[in-house]
Amino acid sequence: MVKKLLWQLGPLVALLVIMIFFWIADSFFGGGYFMTARNIRVISSSAALIAVPAFGMTLIIISGGIDLSAGTALTLSGTALALSLKAGDPILHAFMLMVLFGCLCGLANGVIISATKVVPFIVTLGTMTIFLGIGQILSGESTVYAPKENIPDWLSLCYTGSDSVRYLIPKVPTSVLIATVMGMGVAIMLRYTVFGRNVFAIGSSESTARLCGINVPLTVISVYTISGFFVAIGGLLYFADVKNGNPSDGTGKELEIIAAVVLGGGSLSGGRGSKPWLVR
Amino acid sequence: MTSDHEMSSQESEQTESKHPISANQMRVDPSLRFSCLLTVDAISKSFGPTQALNSVSLSVQSGEVLALIGENGAGKSTLLKVLSGAHRADSGKMSIENRSYRPRGPKDARAAGVAMIYQELNLAPDLSVEDNLLLGHSNIGAGFLFRSKQRQRVQDALNLVGLNSLSPTAIVGEQSVATQQLLEISRALVSNANIILFDEPTSSLPQKDVQRLFEIIHRLKQQGMGLVYISHFLEEVRAVADSYSVLRDGENVGEGRINHVNDDQIVSMMVGRDVNDLFPSVPHEPGEPWVSIDRLQGDSLASEITFDLRRGEIFGISGLVGAGRTELLRTMFGLDHITAGQIQIDNTKVQHSVRSKMRAGFGMLSEDRKHEGLAQDLSLIENTTLGNMDRYTTMGFINLRARNCAATELMRQVEVKSHSGNQRVSELSGGNQQKVAIARILHQEADILLMDEPTKGIDVGTKAEIYRLMGSLAAQGKTVVFVSSYLPELLAVCDRIGVMSRGEIRAIRNADQWTEDEVMATAMALEETPQINTPA
Repeated sequence: MVKKLLWQLGPLVALLVIMIFFWIADSFFGGGYFMTARNIRVISSSAALIAVPAFGMTLIIISGGIDLSAGTALTLSGTALALSLKAGDPILHAFMLMVLFGCLCGLANGVIISATKVVPFIVTLGTMTIFLGIGQILSGESTVYAPKENIPDWLSLCYTGSDSVRYLIPKVPTSVLIATVMGMGVAIMLRYTVFGRNVFAIGSSESTARLCGINVPLTVISVYTISGFFVAIGGLLYFADVKNGNPSDGTGKELEIIAAVVLGGGSLSGGRGSKPWLVR
Repeated sequence: MTSDHEMSSQESEQTESKHPISANQMRVDPSLRFSCLLTVDAISKSFGPTQALNSVSLSVQSGEVLALIGENGAGKSTLLKVLSGAHRADSGKMSIENRSYRPRGPKDARAAGVAMIYQELNLAPDLSVEDNLLLGHSNIGAGFLFRSKQRQRVQDALNLVGLNSLSPTAIVGEQSVATQQLLEISRALVSNANIILFDEPTSSLPQKDVQRLFEIIHRLKQQGMGLVYISHFLEEVRAVADSYSVLRDGENVGEGRINHVNDDQIVSMMVGRDVNDLFPSVPHEPGEPWVSIDRLQGDSLASEITFDLRRGEIFGISGLVGAGRTELLRTMFGLDHITAGQIQIDNTKVQHSVRSKMRAGFGMLSEDRKHEGLAQDLSLIENTTLGNMDRYTTMGFINLRARNCAATELMRQVEVKSHSGNQRVSELSGGNQQKVAIARILHQEADILLMDEPTKGIDVGTKAEIYRLMGSLAAQGKTVVFVSSYLPELLAVCDRIGVMSRGEIRAIRNADQWTEDEVMATAMALEETPQINTPA
């Protein structure tokens, strides 16, 4: 029992050790900034950018799939947000457009995987490039800058650690708040809903799930679409970070996201997983 | 723990039994050839609170087949794993040819001449026959294989199991299951094993290959090897073994020469009480036909199928492997695509999808427990309630406590042996896993239970429980469709039996109007004219 607990807390312990190591190293050789509140805010903000899409990826990986297109889908939805704000749309429209892009990306993945029965790895490897291409076309192959006056304050302050007073909750970066709420949402969904349990069943054995009357294609499509929503919110945080949209920024992000899920206890062969502990 | 098997001087008279011997030498009184090859003395092993083996002893002589008999969970597999080095015993001694034997892993066991043939095949399917046989014990010099030196050894091993014509460069994955099983044995021979442990080797073999396996086991025996053989089939044990040892709850309960006991005695040793009825029946009265399968056609069915099922009956389906029994059940349940025809319950047509079949009262137990029947990574509770969680659910959220209570109650009813309901299914023994799979269709409250080989790989005691359960389901007015390859159980348990051959139901009769011979003749399509004859 104790052993099991230690095993589960392993990554957290490792994280503590690493933090203490850098704290000591920093206080000897660096400027002593590592354990300052500001630095912690910056680090946790950037962790939130990976954490949010990683929650979606957790669902996919538990269902036995993988999504390599998450990185480019993330910047595609971020770019959509930037384009919309540049055109002067109200923030709500821009936000909806961004979520729509993210969900459509996920939906496309899910439908192709269910309909063609091609393994998710190959399908999303293809859509990874397609999403990048769509982004390039929309942005005219350049970075999309939204005028500063079109970006609402809450959004521009949602990411960075600079101005700690103007967060929704003082001293807690809004990005971390978003990540926490969404993480709890996923945890509840996985544990307490029929949908969540079906995702586990499919990941453990698809034929068993079919035998039990679970609608496998519909569940798989839902999983990818929901993950698309998380990716879109990741796109929001990305935009809040860089204040512009560049579709090619997302290349490579999918690996960080997948790594976060695996560190958090997901099994790449499916069927197992927990809410990731992923503050880096 | 050396790999050579030279005889010590006092055993020199047995030396010749190490070499292939001619037919007339074989007729020497077997007891003269026996020498104590493997001795196991008071081995104990526990996993946490579970005592899997409690002071178990046995001995295997050279040139002897010892059958290890016991119910699921009696400790047979654990014992073989201790012998093959996969587990380490907590206490006790083992010796091979009077030398102490304490394997620290499978590699040590191999070196000491002990090889294990698992129930599931452990070959690399994409590699060649030769590569597979040499895997792990190649004559390696500085990391290079010397194939030419090994060729002869590979060929000898193949010859010994009767695979003379198989090319050593053939790809293993393209061979039949039976051939692969024989390759497993030849792999053991390549490593110079002289003690071979078989864990239910026949469970995945068709009948004619079983016969071939027995011949090979006989040949190995004549070479002076010692063999340990686990099987649930007493007739198999009789065909192949010289002596037996019965385990119950991790303890020795009986041993001796196999021809000194009868089946009833063995069974009562296994279950620890007198089993006067291997096929317990619960009185039930088949009622009116209520399910009709009407000219059903599907992608996996070779021809059109029409028959009726009655309320409160056990309907058996017999036939050879490949006759289309599994395909029929899968098509009826909607897992395989239906192309024409229909299924009606009380004159109401049922839609083709699995969900609508389940809503209409169908439940299915898969033949493939490991891959389809159960989600191995998930818990007992999860597996039991999967597919019917709606009743604990409000607005998509599950009431975990209500679900766990109901599942635990069902586990108790079907008598699953486990630490807790949160245990992973993969940790249970075969019989207990099957009980979990059955608990699921009970949880579904299915009225028409399609059971595909429900007693496959299960011990006698659990089999009897399953027959009793089928009977009581029928007594409740439910319909059980029972597919099995084991004729005695079909004849004993079913009300009616349909015999399939080449994708067709050739004949349906009341069970008491069939004899084993007739079923076999029909299954092999010896009677050319199909006849369906259903007395009321």
